[in-house]
Amino acid sequence: MATEDVKLIGSWASVFVMRAKIALHLKSISYEFLQETFGSKSELLLKSNPVHKKMPVLIHADKPVCESNIIVQYIDEAWNSSGPSILPSHPYDRAIARFWAAYIDDQWFISLRSILTAQGEEEKKASIAQVEERTELLEKAFNDCSKGKPFFNGDHIGYLDIALGSFLGWWRVVELDANHKFLDETKTPSLAKWAERFCDDPAVKPIMPEITKLAEFARKLFPKPQA
Amino acid sequence: MAERSESEEVKLLGMWASPFSRRIEIALTLKGVSYEFSEEDITNKSSLLLQLNPVYKMIPVLVHNGKPISESLVILEYIDETWRDNPILPQDPYEKAMARFWAKFVDEQIYVTAMKVVGKIGEERDAVVEATRDLLMFLEKELVGKDFFGGRSLGFVDIVATLVAFWLMRTEEIVGVKVVPVEKFPEIHRWVKNLLGNDVIKKCIPPEDEHLQYIRARSCVLSLGFV
Repeated sequence: MATEDVKLIGSWASVFVMRAKIALHLKSISYEFLQETFGSKSELLLKSNPVHKKMPVLIHADKPVCESNIIVQYIDEAWNSSGPSILPSHPYDRAIARFWAAYIDDQWFISLRSILTAQGEEEKKASIAQVEERTELLEKAFNDCSKGKPFFNGDHIGYLDIALGSFLGWWRVVELDANHKFLDETKTPSLAKWAERFCDDPAVKPIMPEITKLAEFARKLFPKPQA
Repeated sequence: MAERSESEEVKLLGMWASPFSRRIEIALTLKGVSYEFSEEDITNKSSLLLQLNPVYKMIPVLVHNGKPISESLVILEYIDETWRDNPILPQDPYEKAMARFWAKFVDEQIYVTAMKVVGKIGEERDAVVEATRDLLMFLEKELVGKDFFGGRSLGFVDIVATLVAFWLMRTEEIVGVKVVPVEKFPEIHRWVKNLLGNDVIKKCIPPEDEHLQYIRARSCVLSLGFV
């Protein structure tokens, strides 16, 4: 497939954009990356995603696909004969993967983000406790889905690995900001090991943003009030 | 209805007035799948529900051969992948991505915004109504030149958007505001008529009188009968 055929509108720091990138890398698809400028939205973005005006947007042969999890599934289906399968093959396993991917976005991410936006110590503590609880569920989900294999998807990274793994950079930034470790060998032994394997995966390693760069960006996005 | 084979046990935990539960019934009925329906009292949830959906503790839950699946959009995709007659989602990856996009839009944007009408009066309520209409305009445009969102026949988005046709639009009397006036939304009104011409839809939506009574009772308490 020619490079001009596939474009991805996004930003280096975005978790959701990273999901699309990992999927493209898994399938060895060449694409043109269109970096959005922080603080403004390009004409192309607004035209390609008039409903939400958000990234990522995948443009394939001039047709835009929006919403990161929808983009990942699209990549899996449109290039189903190349590279590994991103979604599991059995309908029940696919349903479980979709369920947890939606949980990550609707529940887990919301509480993770609320740590960064918390006003005051009490609120922060409550958000931390909520993330702890929700991460416990994900630890169990990992054990159920992986069935002893290295990834949620089994032997290779897949949809659910991508859904959660794309957060690992930001998750580390939050841990540093909150001075609290969520992923560790005692509380979340399976996820802690999985995180290392995920970050080492050849489809992920070259595109995982540096933590220091992300932390700097986080300070811009979530400025601390002056004491 | 087809005889249920011994190996095929399908059970649906649902609630008669819930749009999320009814959409599952529509999908199963469209596909000719026999199922056992278990009516849940959402004010007094059964231990079975709590056991089968420990994460959200909500209906609908589909149980297929003893294995539970939760979250209505996840369930719909599972049904489509398991029972291949009368496909609900398009085959083409791009069309499929668009169907998933609009379904998510109905649940995460339209439903969430429309619910905010509850307990609001005057200018605040007007603002919510305007916001809902802005969102509905996207659906209006999608329907131009089509009998259904799915094209010539009912599809995924139609099933999900019954929330608009038979919940949002039914509450108009009770809210006292025509959220979806025919002058502004002729395509949506035409689509609702098309839906009402479909036997499966007619069979699977809540009976109007009882439904309106239920919504009236609920709107005094909290929601607009969206459950």
